[in-house]
Amino acid sequence: MAGIIGYGAYMPRNRIKVEEIAKIWGADAPSYKKGLMLQEKSVPSPDQDTITMSVEATKYALKRAGIDPTRIGAVYVGSESHPYAVKPSGTVLAEAVGATPEAHCADFEFACKAGSAAMFVCMGLVDGGKIEYGLAVGADTSQGAPGDALEYSAAAGAASFIIGKDDGVAKVIDTYSFMTDTPDFWRRSYMHYPRHAGRFTGEPAYFKHVLGCANGMMEKVGMKPKDFAYAVFHQPNGKFPMRVGKMLGFTKEQIEPGWLSPTLGNTYSGSSPMGLTATFDVANPGDMILMVSYGSGSGSDGFVYEMTDKIDAVRDLAPKTREKLDSDKVYIDYGTYAKYRRKIRMGE
Amino acid sequence: MRDVAVIGVGMQKWGELWEKSLRDIFTESALLAIDDAGVDHIESMYVGCMTSGLFAGQEHLGSLLADYLGVAPIPSLRVETACASGGAAFRQAFFDVACGEHDIVLAGGVEKMTDVDGGGATYALSTAADAEYEVYHGVTFPGLYAMMAVAHMHKYGTTRDQLAHVSVKNHHNGSKNPLAQYPFEVSLDQVKNSVAVADPLNILDCSPITDGAAAAILCPLEMAGKLSDKPPIKILSSAHATDSIALDSREDIAWLSAVEKAGEIAYTGAGLTPSDIDFVEVHDCFTIAEICVIEALGFFDRGKGGTGAESGETAMGGRIPVNPSGGLKSKGHPVGATGLAQIAEVTKQLRGGFGERQVEGATIGMAQNMGGTGGSCVVHILGSV
Amino acid sequence: MSTSARYWREIPQRYRLEAAKCTSCGKQFFPPRLVCNGCGGREFEATKLSDKGKLATYTVIRIAPSDLTQQAPYAIGIAEFDGGLRVTAQVADVDFDELKVGMPVRIEFRRIREEGEAGILCYGYKFVPVR
Repeated sequence: MAGIIGYGAYMPRNRIKVEEIAKIWGADAPSYKKGLMLQEKSVPSPDQDTITMSVEATKYALKRAGIDPTRIGAVYVGSESHPYAVKPSGTVLAEAVGATPEAHCADFEFACKAGSAAMFVCMGLVDGGKIEYGLAVGADTSQGAPGDALEYSAAAGAASFIIGKDDGVAKVIDTYSFMTDTPDFWRRSYMHYPRHAGRFTGEPAYFKHVLGCANGMMEKVGMKPKDFAYAVFHQPNGKFPMRVGKMLGFTKEQIEPGWLSPTLGNTYSGSSPMGLTATFDVANPGDMILMVSYGSGSGSDGFVYEMTDKIDAVRDLAPKTREKLDSDKVYIDYGTYAKYRRKIRMGE
Repeated sequence: MRDVAVIGVGMQKWGELWEKSLRDIFTESALLAIDDAGVDHIESMYVGCMTSGLFAGQEHLGSLLADYLGVAPIPSLRVETACASGGAAFRQAFFDVACGEHDIVLAGGVEKMTDVDGGGATYALSTAADAEYEVYHGVTFPGLYAMMAVAHMHKYGTTRDQLAHVSVKNHHNGSKNPLAQYPFEVSLDQVKNSVAVADPLNILDCSPITDGAAAAILCPLEMAGKLSDKPPIKILSSAHATDSIALDSREDIAWLSAVEKAGEIAYTGAGLTPSDIDFVEVHDCFTIAEICVIEALGFFDRGKGGTGAESGETAMGGRIPVNPSGGLKSKGHPVGATGLAQIAEVTKQLRGGFGERQVEGATIGMAQNMGGTGGSCVVHILGSV
Repeated sequence: MSTSARYWREIPQRYRLEAAKCTSCGKQFFPPRLVCNGCGGREFEATKLSDKGKLATYTVIRIAPSDLTQQAPYAIGIAEFDGGLRVTAQVADVDFDELKVGMPVRIEFRRIREEGEAGILCYGYKFVPVR
């Protein structure tokens, strides 16, 4: 099976606190903080988007991978906020990191699952012998409508993975996917903000698919929650991944290292992939890790990784995700946030 | 090569000339120069203009302006080297006469800058910088000069006050120039507290957006007495030098090597040294520019230009009066016209009897006109005969 | 509005900071040139700007060109890289009080500008402080 050769995560420096957003809309901040377990979220600057964050995350991944980028045979960026409606993000990424011209490239979209979908496909191409290395990125600068519950969580970040046929830092033991047609969250063409189906996004959507995928994955490899050192689940807020983990029988300690959403927000396609990078940062050789993504619409990809000896040699070659999240940040007010996210109607 | 004299100069009141078009402004100043010289015809003309295409949607100025001046079909050519276009047009006219091709030649400069909005003007001016490696990144002209200022301050300890003193001094001089766009005094505090443009430069460190033109009539020195009753002013030397237009490609960000080079050529050509110059009109598009220019021209040691205005050495009556006209800061800076306005000022000073702005006893004056951040520089030394 | 070609042909420099070194005198150029202004040489080897430099000078643009007014105020600087190469770019993610000559910076990939609402997005390098 394929392995993760290098990994990296990037998030913008700006943060906005839940209180700052709640204040504007007269909402009850403590209930959001407690109910959704969200403190603050990342906000992209006007010069940051899915493409720029993908490039920076990939530079970190390449530092850890230590490979010649021209050996990358596939470049896939998964996002629901590709800067262009038509024109790939992946081509810019490939040019910027020097992976052109001999590579397959296409952009992926599957709500919050697009990043793991890119990883899944790269693993398949490596296993099938089609490519030597694949580059898979999950990145988003998602927008929630002003005042909507999603505005408290929609954040920006990217995770990048170099996937190859040697073991790398983490062997891919197996993968599994689970999906149905479930319209819980969507954004129509030309619409600026997504819509969601309220509480329907919970049980029949997130929980059904994450549970279905996690159980199917564990059954396929014959493992139980206690066999894993860590587990990473899609994190639309702070509460859902903890709750689904508990339902599956995982402990808080298994989930915590990759549980970034309370201070990062939901980075959509970057969400569980970024959680995985933070988990790699602390994992030891031999540790088993379960990752289950979720994308509305709906589906989940499951992965079982086994850390190798190489992790100790490469983890310090690029910034660690949790350290970057906690250290380099500035708080902005709602006015600045509205300006950065282009929520203010400008003169022609 | 024949010796060449300036026998006529012209410039109208500069400012926001809402009612006047580019062709009106140019023709007015050209007629002033023609009448000043008292000639009844011209044989050839050169027009300095940086970017009428972007400012006024008009290229092909040579022919347009010859036609409106009523002198077509004489040869008429537009000359461009950014903000030094006026000086360069004058230099072409000088060669035209010196080489014997024509006897009476007009050099003019013009820019009509107020037919575009602020953003349009900023953009038009920015085309004098490197489009792909400076402007692409959001650099503005005040920004480029601000980076020269920061480098100069860091390297030599030049102060914010010293920058402001340049503006105070030039506005003081300009307050006595009725043709200046802003003929009023400003205080040190006003400069330092004016609107920030690009740190550390404020709006009162910057030359303004101006509509204006200026012109000069040149002829062989030996024919000057016959053609005009104005005292001829001899062109002692003409120099032009270039440098990278990208500031980052220079060896020293705080040094203007094209100005140094043009100055050297001009001094050598005239057989003079900086101490022989009685006064100088320099290209103070920003306060830091004057400081760097007076160093590069050898009036001050490297790094010491900041003391010029502060100590009074560059004031009227000082060791080397700089910008008796008020400079670009007070007089205005219609980019293509500036080089010719400098020639007009130097000529009038050297003729003498120039009223309260007269540099006492001046017999040799210099004009230094610069393009971009110093990517081009034209220097002329003129002398009374 | 200019065509995509003008942007596209600068991609090796904008995205990958590809520079050139004169094979006869060793002088480096960014962007690459066809003739060395040091020795007149016409042969170059491809090099790449290192990703760490130091600010040689800087400013904060308060009055921006019309297409960047939404980003103003922003810092811009000239940074010096290994081999003495200097490059102009914006300084992102900086508190303006932090700016000083000699400040270590590294390169990040950012969106530099966009050609109106419907035109192409233009990417490239910015400096960010090394923290």
